[in-house]
Amino acid sequence: MKKYRILCMALALVMGLAVLAGCGPQATQSTTIKIGGIGPLTGGAATYGTSVANAAKLAVEEINALGGLQFELNFQDDEHDAEKSVNAYNTLKDWGMQVLCGTVTTTPGVAVSAEAYADRIFTLTPSASSPKVVEGKDNIFQLCFTDPNQGIASAQYIAEASLGTKIAVIYNNADAYSTGIYEKFASEAKDKNFTIVNVTTFTDDTATDFNVQLSEARNAGADLIFLPIYYQPASLILTQADAMGYKPKFFGVDGMDGILTMENFNTELAEGVMLLTPFAPDAGDEKTVAFVNKYKERFGETPNQFAADGYDVIYAIYEAGKKAGIKGDMSAKDICDKLIKVFTSSDFSVDGLTGENMTWSTSGEVSKAPKGMVIENGVYVGMQSGK
Amino acid sequence: MSFLSYLISGISLGSIYAIIALGYTMVYGIAKMLNFAHGDVIMVGGYMSFMATSYMGWSPVASVFLAMAVCTLLGIIIERLAYKPLRNATSLAVLITAIGVSYFLQNIALLIWSSNPKSFTSIVSFDSLRLFDGQLIISSVTLVTIAACIVIVCGLTAIVRYSKIGKAMRAVSEDKEAAQLMGIDINQTISVTFAIGSGLAAVAGVLLCSAYPLLMPTVGAMPGIKAFTAAVFGGIGSIPGAMLGGILLGVIEILGKAYISTELSDAIVFSVLIIVLLVRPTGLLGKKISEKV
Repeated sequence: MKKYRILCMALALVMGLAVLAGCGPQATQSTTIKIGGIGPLTGGAATYGTSVANAAKLAVEEINALGGLQFELNFQDDEHDAEKSVNAYNTLKDWGMQVLCGTVTTTPGVAVSAEAYADRIFTLTPSASSPKVVEGKDNIFQLCFTDPNQGIASAQYIAEASLGTKIAVIYNNADAYSTGIYEKFASEAKDKNFTIVNVTTFTDDTATDFNVQLSEARNAGADLIFLPIYYQPASLILTQADAMGYKPKFFGVDGMDGILTMENFNTELAEGVMLLTPFAPDAGDEKTVAFVNKYKERFGETPNQFAADGYDVIYAIYEAGKKAGIKGDMSAKDICDKLIKVFTSSDFSVDGLTGENMTWSTSGEVSKAPKGMVIENGVYVGMQSGK
Repeated sequence: MSFLSYLISGISLGSIYAIIALGYTMVYGIAKMLNFAHGDVIMVGGYMSFMATSYMGWSPVASVFLAMAVCTLLGIIIERLAYKPLRNATSLAVLITAIGVSYFLQNIALLIWSSNPKSFTSIVSFDSLRLFDGQLIISSVTLVTIAACIVIVCGLTAIVRYSKIGKAMRAVSEDKEAAQLMGIDINQTISVTFAIGSGLAAVAGVLLCSAYPLLMPTVGAMPGIKAFTAAVFGGIGSIPGAMLGGILLGVIEILGKAYISTELSDAIVFSVLIIVLLVRPTGLLGKKISEKV
């Protein structure tokens, strides 16, 4: 027994030292702010996470080159899995993360934001769009629209641009993202200049055959099909509509982004597909042009909306950080309190790639204007209203 | 007219289920085991064909033969390494092993091809058939799928009924020990069964991905389970039963979606299965077996 007691004491001593050792270097850290990033770098949603990580890296390099506030970015993979995301979050916390840029996707976002709320780490997510991510958590902010807002904005956009009169909707009723957008779209559509003539659903298990859904939409005379879904099933819908010779307009939301980069996908099928996204890589403004060129040169592909979101997150943190006067030797909690104050103050706004004059409410939701895009010759082009 | 078009979609989907179900039913009939890795062999077939056409520039037909060759080999290897050592183990152990092989294949595919979806180029390139002034359009893939299903069922029936190996298969299926005493090499017979089943899985994989061109490491999982259901529905162990079960399942799924509810399509399919099994526990064309106590 005695032997064990000594062993226990030794163990306790070692553990105690380890804790102290953990504190040591952080206390004397320079003024670099440690920003953690979480998103899928591998797996089915890898295209989203990689875009955010690349663009965030670019933004950090630019900011560090300016002098002044310095950032250090550590981006962890979560494979779009809530459990792995929390593991990634803990890895970052051990690393000494002071601000979190993440998560990229929604389901992990709900899990991680709860942790970040409990730990008082300021979080700005580039693209986790469910209201559940920010609800009741004062230190979690979104750079992207919430799902319901995408539904509302889509309905308004379709109405204002008179894109169609008879609308059919195909959505995934096993997915919170898809269902959330559809519900708001349907309620917003009530007093608009179009009618929803047909609504059909699918689940992840039945996402193979869409002939029935498409036939029903055609029989109902729909001239536009609203697809609040991700691009994988959307690619099947486009292929099958083409095979049956049905050519309505298709209107998607940000989940549609990625369809053009899918390997071996015949982009002709996506010709004319419209989607609501806050970022247009072909836009002529100086900021977008500079970013797109830099990104292309560095990573060899045209940045999508997620890349722009990631870039804006870092710049939003930078702007707010400058205003709040945060420093690398402050604790994450102090930084969190200062940033919350700035983000929710009425005179704070950010001009980014994904919107001018972005402001945040105390609930953490962003307010900015969406842009309509249409796919022409295999690239996104800004949509002219009324076209 | 829309009914006819739904019916044809259903038969097309059902034909794919039927081809997959044939693999389940043959292996079950002869080796008396459920090869749950069958759905993932389909996925490997799809990827093989995709690689051959997209990366190596092979013609679609050649790619199908490559897929069949690779899957046949894969089937034999799986049988040798994973199932043969368990020939005399309990059926539960074999079942668990099969599920393990299924996960193994899925994860290997994840490592090799990553889970980024790939868009499969249909191997059928002629125009779709237009009937009644274009009111009814039957896609070329549908025609090929239905034709392939019929050819495969006829071919398999002929092999099982008339060839020497078919005779051996029937004998092994009837009574393993007695067949062995008569000088039939049981191991070889079972290997051949796996080879045929996996070759069919490759065809099913290519047809599945041609009709629904989204290729992911999990692409075979759900069709695999539905085809297993179809095999049980039609009477597992029976070749015509697998075909009937597969086609009925596809038609019920599509018609249920069209006329009852898109939300409940799977629930409808499986309720029909439960009802059929309550009335005929051996499936539609299954043999009545009286258990010896």
